[in-house]
Amino acid sequence: MESLWPQIEPLLAHVTKPARYIGGELGAQQVEHGPDAVSWLLVYPDSYEVGLPNQGLQILYEILNERPDAAAERSYAPWVDMEASMRTHGVPLFSMENQAPAGAFDVLAFNLSAELVYTNVLNLIDLAGVPVRAADRTEEHPVVMAGGHCVFNPEPLADFVDCFVLGDGEEVVGELNAVLASFRTAGGDRVGAGRVDLLRALSRVPGAYVPSCYDVTYDDAGRLAGVTPRYPETPARVEKRTITDLGDWPYPRQQLVPLIEVVHDRLNVELFRGCTRGCRFCQAGMITRPVRERPAEQVRTMVSAGLERTGYDEVALTSLSSADYSGIEETVTGIIDDPACSGQVSVSLPSLRVDAFTVGTAAQIQRVRRTGLTFAPEGGTWRMRQVINKLIREEDLYAAVDAAFSQGWKRVKLYFLIGLPTETDEDTLGIVTLAKQCVAIGKRYHPSVTVTASVGGFVPKVQTPFQWFGQNTIEELTRKVHLLRDAARPVRGLTIRWHDPKATAAEGIVSRGDRRMGGVIEQVWRNGGTFQEWSEYFDLGLWTDALAAHGMTLEDAVYRHRTEHEVLPWDHISAGLHRDFLWQDWKDALAEHGLPDCRWTPCYDCGACTGYGVEHVVASAVPPAGGSQGTGQDLSSGGQVPVRFLTTAPSGAAPAAGSGGGAVALVSEGSG
Amino acid sequence: MRIRFRFSKLGRIRFTSQRDVARMWERALRRARLPLAYTEGFSPRPQLSFGLALPTGAESLAEYLDVALDPVRAVDDGIDVATLPGTLDVLLPDGIDIEEAVVVERSKDSLQQMVTSCSWTMRLTGISREDLEERVAAVLAADVLPIMRERKGRQEQDDLRPSVLTLAGAGVDQDVAADPTGRTVGLVAELSTQPRGVRPVELVRGLIAVADGAAGLSPEGPDLAGRPGRIPVLDRACRTHQWIVRDGLREEPLRGRGIPAGADRALHAMERAS
Repeated sequence: MESLWPQIEPLLAHVTKPARYIGGELGAQQVEHGPDAVSWLLVYPDSYEVGLPNQGLQILYEILNERPDAAAERSYAPWVDMEASMRTHGVPLFSMENQAPAGAFDVLAFNLSAELVYTNVLNLIDLAGVPVRAADRTEEHPVVMAGGHCVFNPEPLADFVDCFVLGDGEEVVGELNAVLASFRTAGGDRVGAGRVDLLRALSRVPGAYVPSCYDVTYDDAGRLAGVTPRYPETPARVEKRTITDLGDWPYPRQQLVPLIEVVHDRLNVELFRGCTRGCRFCQAGMITRPVRERPAEQVRTMVSAGLERTGYDEVALTSLSSADYSGIEETVTGIIDDPACSGQVSVSLPSLRVDAFTVGTAAQIQRVRRTGLTFAPEGGTWRMRQVINKLIREEDLYAAVDAAFSQGWKRVKLYFLIGLPTETDEDTLGIVTLAKQCVAIGKRYHPSVTVTASVGGFVPKVQTPFQWFGQNTIEELTRKVHLLRDAARPVRGLTIRWHDPKATAAEGIVSRGDRRMGGVIEQVWRNGGTFQEWSEYFDLGLWTDALAAHGMTLEDAVYRHRTEHEVLPWDHISAGLHRDFLWQDWKDALAEHGLPDCRWTPCYDCGACTGYGVEHVVASAVPPAGGSQGTGQDLSSGGQVPVRFLTTAPSGAAPAAGSGGGAVALVSEGSG
Repeated sequence: MRIRFRFSKLGRIRFTSQRDVARMWERALRRARLPLAYTEGFSPRPQLSFGLALPTGAESLAEYLDVALDPVRAVDDGIDVATLPGTLDVLLPDGIDIEEAVVVERSKDSLQQMVTSCSWTMRLTGISREDLEERVAAVLAADVLPIMRERKGRQEQDDLRPSVLTLAGAGVDQDVAADPTGRTVGLVAELSTQPRGVRPVELVRGLIAVADGAAGLSPEGPDLAGRPGRIPVLDRACRTHQWIVRDGLREEPLRGRGIPAGADRALHAMERAS
């Protein structure tokens, strides 16, 4: 492939942060394209600083480049100034490694981590010189693919993406590559001979969803009637992919270290994938089940090898709820005490549940330097937290905050959601009550502590029990924000921050749309609406104008409650969760009924394990300290749970609670 | 114990900022397991001190870094300064190359405070050698040279003339197909760094202002329309020396045994594919 560097270089003197476009990161691969390798351009549709740390993209980058029949490069959305300059000078989207034109690759594969980047996806396809609509592409164009959490409702992008891929990508990416490799053009210069046949072949790969292989029908009222396969071999329902053992995939082995500062600029090691705490608002927790822990020994190896290779002085142990990892304290202590770290490496746990955060954990992670500490009670009252199934008690929060302040932290951040189902003003104002008490606890240790309550507007997400809920209006969210602001004003040391309710509405537009939403997204993009994740570029007017132009309204698209038997645009897409399980959980939510974590209690048959014949993989038979989720029930007895315990226990791990729990269980299998 | 490094920054890596370079060094020093001395406090950082910041986009043959080592551990570990350039070079990104490393006395002034001027080699496009020579002569003959400069986010007028210590055309003209005039011209200058450092792009603005007045005052740069071949445009800039005054003599913080520094090397580096 030709290098565009001579055309790119003169542009760099005139743009902000030019090093975004030069590549050269530690860990960047020398990618050579040959006739036998399918060429992939892995694209993160947001700025370099946001996209580079994405672990999913880095994992696929390594796995593909290890294959002799694949070659993968990376690209990110050029910032607004660079894009303008590129368009003026006729420079297309290009790769980081070889500065090769995006249109020359066999595959453009997008990571979709947030809905508001959808307009950037269209923009980047266009900047690559590729028709934005899948139907307009020919053998001369790359196959456009997309993966990531957002693809669990692929319909809003179905007109633009040739093939979506659901779930864990580690295994399926190789299967896709094999199919692509078998469709070389006669000249052999690119993949894509007989594009329709190629797409049909891709649709047979489990986990792949090819929208053009499906017909969409609507009823007389204009409501979606169904999305049905066109071909006999096309699956009626596409199931996500799940890797059974994270220990088989110790990636990234060579995490990218950028030349410039990016978000999450540190070593990241994934502790486990999946979460069964069952928070009903949390899409990530629902679609990534079951829990699969990485063996503690592998975590240690990845941390020590990663620190040595990168020179980072901070490591984040990532997951959806890191304090739930079996033996988390031992793992953290092991890293900090490692002589190779010279006492200068700090550990951060990005997602902390307050009921699993102890003084011990606090003491360990602050030994080198105090990274930011954030807790997420999400709801202001116990009633609210029962509805959302975030079953942490006030005492749990106060104990965690006390642990933090007593260990020397002076600033603590709390995350909350507003606009949750059944929320009353009492629930909303409960946020200030909680935060105020946290300030009071802090003042016992230090006179000038601050507590920041970050408040986001709730967007109901697909494949969760709240997928039927009608989102709060902009006006209602704004009213609640004002309630909070006014109540917090007299409290010294308490700051309230909130997400723009207008952006929350726009996110709602795309989250649950059907295929017709594609026209809206395209219009927003055509009218200049890129980087909608960024407040300086976000423009609600673009979205409401586009909705109106397509005969849609915020009321119907965003604020309307969905009904029990309504066809949902993502019904043909499966994260393994039974629809009746989700509906039951929705009814339980409305009844303010909480549901304990199934890692340590009997199975609810949500479908994520049983449907795929996979199991939870955890090292500890008992929940972490405080892990009763406030329900007060004795979890130590366990039950017939489809849990496979790791055969190697984290060293020194001891049961944190419970009477009957012997040391670490080495059992395998409980039949589900 | 303090070690002073002299290093170059050439090629694509020039698009990184001074802060980026500092972080590259921090990571490389940790990977080399050097016993770094850390600052006190809740958020300890390695004690690194750079010379005068290099503008993003500029290259250099003369960057400096002082690294403080923990004296006890440095002795225990038997640090051999002579081996450090070899050890660290492979840990630093392409384009950052260590020229020299020596143990230096701990001085009360930072490198940044000690540097009084810098020498630069620049490559300009958009102007003929004859026109450039005219402008150079005009700058040297001028008493004052007002340009607009940014200060704390605001544009203000400043006199550039006292900061221009030397200025001359340099090197042979190069044929560059991409340039409208078909070539580039070289320029060397020594620019004072006190009270305020002058960046090459500001010097070029002065070269415009000296003949075209208001064009140089525009913070957006010159309007080139209709005047091809007359208005200089900065293509590349390379810092070749940072100068300090010691015992009344102008010298470099590290003398650079065997370092072929200077304008020729800078121009040569610019010609290499980046």
